[in-house]
Amino acid sequence: MAKLDSSLKNMVLSLFFISLVMSAALAFVYSATKDPIAASAKAKEVNAIKEVLPDFNNDPLSEGKEIDGIIFYPAMQDGKAVGYAAKTFTDNGYSGRFDLMVGFLPDGKINNVVVLQQKETPGLGSNMTKPKFSNQFININITELKDQRLAVRKDGGTIDAISAATISSRAYCDAIQKAHDLLIKNFPPDKEIGEAQK
Amino acid sequence: MKNLSYFTNGLIKNNPTFVLVLGACPTLAVTTAAVNGLGMGAATTFVLVCSNLLIALLKNVIPDKVRIAAFILIIATFVTIVDLVMKAYTPDLYNTLGIFIPLIVVNCIILGRAEAFAQKNRVFPAILDGLGMGLGFTLAITLLASIRELLGNGSIFNVRLIAEEIPTILLFILPPGAFITYGYLIAMMNRLRVKYSN
Repeated sequence: MAKLDSSLKNMVLSLFFISLVMSAALAFVYSATKDPIAASAKAKEVNAIKEVLPDFNNDPLSEGKEIDGIIFYPAMQDGKAVGYAAKTFTDNGYSGRFDLMVGFLPDGKINNVVVLQQKETPGLGSNMTKPKFSNQFININITELKDQRLAVRKDGGTIDAISAATISSRAYCDAIQKAHDLLIKNFPPDKEIGEAQK
Repeated sequence: MKNLSYFTNGLIKNNPTFVLVLGACPTLAVTTAAVNGLGMGAATTFVLVCSNLLIALLKNVIPDKVRIAAFILIIATFVTIVDLVMKAYTPDLYNTLGIFIPLIVVNCIILGRAEAFAQKNRVFPAILDGLGMGLGFTLAITLLASIRELLGNGSIFNVRLIAEEIPTILLFILPPGAFITYGYLIAMMNRLRVKYSN
């Protein structure tokens, strides 16, 4: 078959049909992957909540409350509060925003922290996902710290920054601090225990 | 025999990364870890094979004057399919590759092969050419990424080969390391090619 001429009619028809078929193919793939995409995003968050909090048996994702861009997920075991998982973020990272999941026990103590997603410098800031850094936050209650602030040693705090990645370490503290401050303001620890037992 | 040469052409003689030096943007940007290189290579190979196939099939119904528009339409569709599928089934890899998945659309290797090969050849050679070029690209960037990961992070495919305590050469994970490694690899490839062509 000879090649089509570049007449206006041929060009319009050719592009029209190619676009039509291609968009149909995309629509098909989109609808086929829509559910798995939503499921994998959800599974990731549920796993993160499980990692940062003690055992729970409710569905925290469906009860999340968003305050100032930070989402608080209440976790309960047989109706008794076991803590809050806060999906928090910071814009101060070396490569911009990154997201953390922080687990707070009912008394406001940090239970554990995991990184949800980050794009910090590989080998430097990305070491924040390693236990050597993140384990420092376990069992810290920010309200008991000096000035109630979480800070790296350079800034007079208690956290050992990742070597050569002070900016990332500060941002990490900043994300946790924000979550903590909102938690104290909106779900004061002692009152929260009382409420859950009602 | 002729068919085989279509395949090996991209693999060695006209390797897109080391000989044609096409698609240097993802080559330099995502090769911080061997897994990323392999993932990027696989995604690009898929797009390359599919677009070569479709363009060779449709070459007679695409008028010359709008061929670039039609090629980009076809390539963009396959890239979006890869994007959605990776988001659904390999969310971790998707997060690390990030913006470089959608950017496969503008990877010169793909449009270059459509223009230089697929639109002038039959379907079967076009598929082989896509496979050869795609595998050549995958091998090249996985090699580059392995070297960078080993020197900069002490591991290959996340398997630690150098003890944690021994300091690594961070430079190789950072952008300048990409240029240095890429340069040395091209020099070595040139040396080998001169040696074996005589």
